[in-house]
Amino acid sequence: MPAAHDRGGWPDDTPIDRSEHEYSDWERRVDAVHQVLGQQGIRTTDEMRRAIESLPPERYEALSYYEKWTAALELLLIEKGILTGEEIDAKTAELRAQGL
Amino acid sequence: MTATHVVDHIHDEPMSEVALRSVAIEALLAEKGLLTDDEVRRQVNLMDGRTPADGARVVARAWVDAGFKARLLADSRSALAEMGIEIPAETPHLTVVENTDDVHNMVVCTLCSCYPRMLLGRPPDWYKSLAYRARAVRDPRGVMAEFGAAPPADAEVRVLDSTADLRYLVLPRRPAGTEGMSEEELAALVSRDSMIGVTDALAP
Repeated sequence: MPAAHDRGGWPDDTPIDRSEHEYSDWERRVDAVHQVLGQQGIRTTDEMRRAIESLPPERYEALSYYEKWTAALELLLIEKGILTGEEIDAKTAELRAQGL
Repeated sequence: MTATHVVDHIHDEPMSEVALRSVAIEALLAEKGLLTDDEVRRQVNLMDGRTPADGARVVARAWVDAGFKARLLADSRSALAEMGIEIPAETPHLTVVENTDDVHNMVVCTLCSCYPRMLLGRPPDWYKSLAYRARAVRDPRGVMAEFGAAPPADAEVRVLDSTADLRYLVLPRRPAGTEGMSEEELAALVSRDSMIGVTDALAP
């Protein structure tokens, strides 16, 4: 069985859902954050792919596209010692308290 | 920038836990001086400004100018520069492929979502979907049929799998009955999906 991300040729007969959604602000921004960090040499596309591909299969299939990007970003930044999981937990709670 | 500044730019609600974590991460990176609000906003605007109209302009030029088309197929970077489209050095290589009566190309990224964002903007949701990635290589004609397209029955269908280092843009067949149309009129017939290869260009 190939890894969860390696979808080519999977026995999947689901019709293609062609509906499209307008990207949310946070999606546009996490996309941009990735590009900016790339331009600054903080992370590469290959690192990003490796991080996304390392997500557990059930998480890979459950998360939306930019949620996967976020999970990968978090993993890389922690791995590189730039942020800690605790810092991200605390900041997330702070934002939640602000009503987001 | 403080977290409050980030919050000002986000008007989505309710946000999933993971989505909120993305906002937290950006705020922390800003607090540490690793990026600024301006840099992120500039990048958002840059991507918002990239649309399939850019790719359509290129296709229309190729339809009316055989010399340009040959150069585009041979070396997209220098051909695009002729049109004032400068591809940054770090952008992955872009290969342009031509659909003809004999060969129909269709593009996928089976591993994720690689896409010629320079010319088409952000990819549509379906391009990133598990179903498209699985089925494009197994049953391309079936997928195209769902999009309402049918290449000539005897045409060879080639499915091109994009990578992080190589992206594809399809030059769709020029529709019949478009002789004498201006480049601008032609560009209006070049849909995004036809440049991915899941459909033909629109009929005039």
